[in-house]
Amino acid sequence: MPESVSLANRAIRWDTVVGALLIVLLLLSFSVVDGFGNALNLSFLIGNTLPIALVALPMTLLVVSGEIDLSVASTAGLSGAVMGALWNQGMTIEAIIPVCLLLGLVCGLINGLLVTRLGLPSLAVTIGTMAAYRGIAQIVLGSDAVTDFPTQYLDFAAGRIGDTFVPQALLPFVVFLAIAVVALHATPFGRSLFAIGANEEAARFAGIRVKRQKLILFTLTGLMASLTGIFWALHYASARYDNATGLELSVVAAVLLGGIDFDGGKGTLGGAIAGVFLLGALQNVMSLQDVSAQSQIVVTGVLLVLSVLGPRVARQIAVARAGRRAASAPPPGKTPAPAS
Amino acid sequence: MTHPSDTGQAPVLALRDVSKSFGAVRALRGVSLELSAGEVHALAGENGAGKSTLIKALAGVHRPDTGQVLLDGEPVVFHGPGDARDAGIAVIYQEPTLFPDLSIAENIFMGRQPRRALGRIDHKATHEATAALMRRLGVDLDPDRPARGLSIADQQIVEIAKALSFDARVLIMDEPTAALTGSEVARLFKVVRTLRDQGAAVLFISHRLEEIFEICRQVTTLRDGAWIASEPLDGMTEDDLVRRMVGRDLAELYPKQHVEPGEVALSVRRLTREGVFTDVSFEVRRGEIVGLAGLVGAGRTEVARAVFGIDRWDAGEVEVAGRRLTNGAPSTAMAAGLALVPEDRRAQGLVMDMSIERNIGLTGLRTTVKAGLMDRGAERSRSLDWAVRLQVKYARIADTVGTLSGGNQQKVVLAKWLATGPRVLIVDEPTRGIDVGTKAEVHRLLSELAADGVAVLMISSDLPEILGMADRVLVMHEGRLTAEIPRSDATEETVMAAATGRAAA
Ligand SMILES: Nc1ncnc2c1ncn2[C@@H]1O[C@H](COP(=O)(O)OP(=O)(O)OP(=O)(O)O)[C@@H](O)[C@H]1O
Ligand SMILES: [Mg+2]
Repeated sequence: MPESVSLANRAIRWDTVVGALLIVLLLLSFSVVDGFGNALNLSFLIGNTLPIALVALPMTLLVVSGEIDLSVASTAGLSGAVMGALWNQGMTIEAIIPVCLLLGLVCGLINGLLVTRLGLPSLAVTIGTMAAYRGIAQIVLGSDAVTDFPTQYLDFAAGRIGDTFVPQALLPFVVFLAIAVVALHATPFGRSLFAIGANEEAARFAGIRVKRQKLILFTLTGLMASLTGIFWALHYASARYDNATGLELSVVAAVLLGGIDFDGGKGTLGGAIAGVFLLGALQNVMSLQDVSAQSQIVVTGVLLVLSVLGPRVARQIAVARAGRRAASAPPPGKTPAPAS
Repeated sequence: MTHPSDTGQAPVLALRDVSKSFGAVRALRGVSLELSAGEVHALAGENGAGKSTLIKALAGVHRPDTGQVLLDGEPVVFHGPGDARDAGIAVIYQEPTLFPDLSIAENIFMGRQPRRALGRIDHKATHEATAALMRRLGVDLDPDRPARGLSIADQQIVEIAKALSFDARVLIMDEPTAALTGSEVARLFKVVRTLRDQGAAVLFISHRLEEIFEICRQVTTLRDGAWIASEPLDGMTEDDLVRRMVGRDLAELYPKQHVEPGEVALSVRRLTREGVFTDVSFEVRRGEIVGLAGLVGAGRTEVARAVFGIDRWDAGEVEVAGRRLTNGAPSTAMAAGLALVPEDRRAQGLVMDMSIERNIGLTGLRTTVKAGLMDRGAERSRSLDWAVRLQVKYARIADTVGTLSGGNQQKVVLAKWLATGPRVLIVDEPTRGIDVGTKAEVHRLLSELAADGVAVLMISSDLPEILGMADRVLVMHEGRLTAEIPRSDATEETVMAAATGRAAA
């Protein structure tokens, strides 16, 4: 029984919890963790988190609609690899970038077609393409690392705004974020995604073009993943076939942590982005404390589990509290004698 | 409040002065009820009156805020549905609760399958026991079939078989007949009478008053969560009962206006979906209400689904107001002015976790838009307008539809589609689970829509409804259209004859 669901939603909103956690973590880190607050570290933090944040935007929309894409990191890696290979061939970067974006779009389109035309579960499809896209990346670039991209591009991807700690690349991200927030929370498209995620059949009966919306989402996700791959190669001044390996885990963990329900139909982009920066800040603090990369992955995994559990537990607590409140409320007055 | 029972001996199961609130909604206020052995007791009331809540209090799903549950005259506290079941109380809920991936037999014997050595489940014994139950119910359902894909009527049968398998002393049925056709209801009532004669106490809920009069001896009426009366049905008329339920006299149940039919609005030609329906052709004109009758499984719903574009058709064509529809595309059907109110509100009609406002809003994603963005104000007023016009009973328009009573959920589905201002409206079992007052209201609405030039195709298993509302009756039998009967010739006999394939050619 969906007992008092609306009550629960009002009592505790998970995305607010995550936002609060982020603020607490930041405040604690500023005061306790050595080296956290200096401009260089903060710009590292943001710069390292941006790839997660960029991919989290379309991933949030996907998960809301009840799907997932685990191939994003491979698509990013493939874009970087192709970028490196074409650069070695002597193509200009201005010509390479559109080619890479188109490639990412095709990668996403393939995922989308496999899911919508063949009716396969996206988890299975994208685990498959995750391996396939990464394999192609290795074929394209081998074990080379391409580093000699034009300096103005490298500078943009790694540079900061004036004397501040704010990376220049944050600006385009903010634009993308604004677009995504509007798309998910203020357009008919976004509405339809929530409906699809919550009850796909009812969405179809309401005339929503479920397959088309999903195809659009997968394609956009591929596009964004390749943009992230390009950013990654420039930001770290290194295009390798294994760029961004494991990024999908961080993205999914962050999105779920932000309160996007894995079963679809629930969540807010604000929550997801709070989840992203919570994870990013956590990884940054762990690095400062010399926690090994392996241990960081363990922490990410644990967070992933907690983030699936967290919202449910919060909801149950709220339901229990509502129940106790109702039970302890004064008994309603006696009804007047029946008028029969 | 006490209610003397005529037998003098303690009732098997009783509620005394029970109240239950959900937040600000007072679903039950001081309700009492007594169920006696060997008697079928009706629970009557409008949508949202608190009937299902009362049942859940009896069955240990809800703990009453105040008041007592009495078993054999002794106060008991059920800590969960399991406790109630162990006490011999079987409940068939309004919404079927089957596990889609399990077989019928597994659903019935969930968690208590017969065992063989080493605790292995004895599938053969489970199968046999289920088959025996099905024979007892007089139905032909394969015990090994998965529950997924069963019609609502069949799901209900499985629920009943499950309740029977407990050898319950008390059988509680929340609108068990809502999705059943005449013959299925008759079959169910036979079973209920047998159980009653064996000494079971039965509590029966239905919005079809004639059923209450047919099978029940006592009736308890609720209005807005309050107890109104507990009395014998003997000597009461349907009008008396309605007055108890709604507190006033009821308007005409079938307020059919005569409208001169206009041009053809929906034209279906030689539509075929292999193995489902064959060569179906018909037209519905503006201003007409056309009834589509037939037994459950005759293919009526399937035709409606194909016309609307949920399923693809293999041959034939569909036109709405002269526009050819694309095969398998609900969005183009909607754009052409077609609306389909589906039969299964939980799976197809509503997103249970979404608010009333958003559910109604789902059909307005193309219209309540300003500069590409959702126009929230327009969406809200559109939803409010229709929720109010259909008299949906809710606390706030932002409440999730999952918390509404069954009948009110059905009204939200209607609201959602009427809000599109359709040219052609297909309604599949539009008044299933709706109380008489609202039913009259829905009929009046359909009649008014027709008078405004909407073409209405009404699928219904409620024969009086078909006869009362339709200008013409189309009858389907085993996937084919077998008869078209004008209003003047439509009687229960002519329609049933065609529906069962007995029609004189
Ligand atoms: N879990 C719940 N949370 C909040 N409100 C609820 C809940 N369950 C029931 N209600 C409210 O209690 C009231 C009574 O509902 P109930 O389902 O008992 O009506 P009903 O008489 O069975 O109606 P129907 O004939 O439509 O099935 C309704 O106003 C409903 O919205
Ligand atoms: Mg009910």
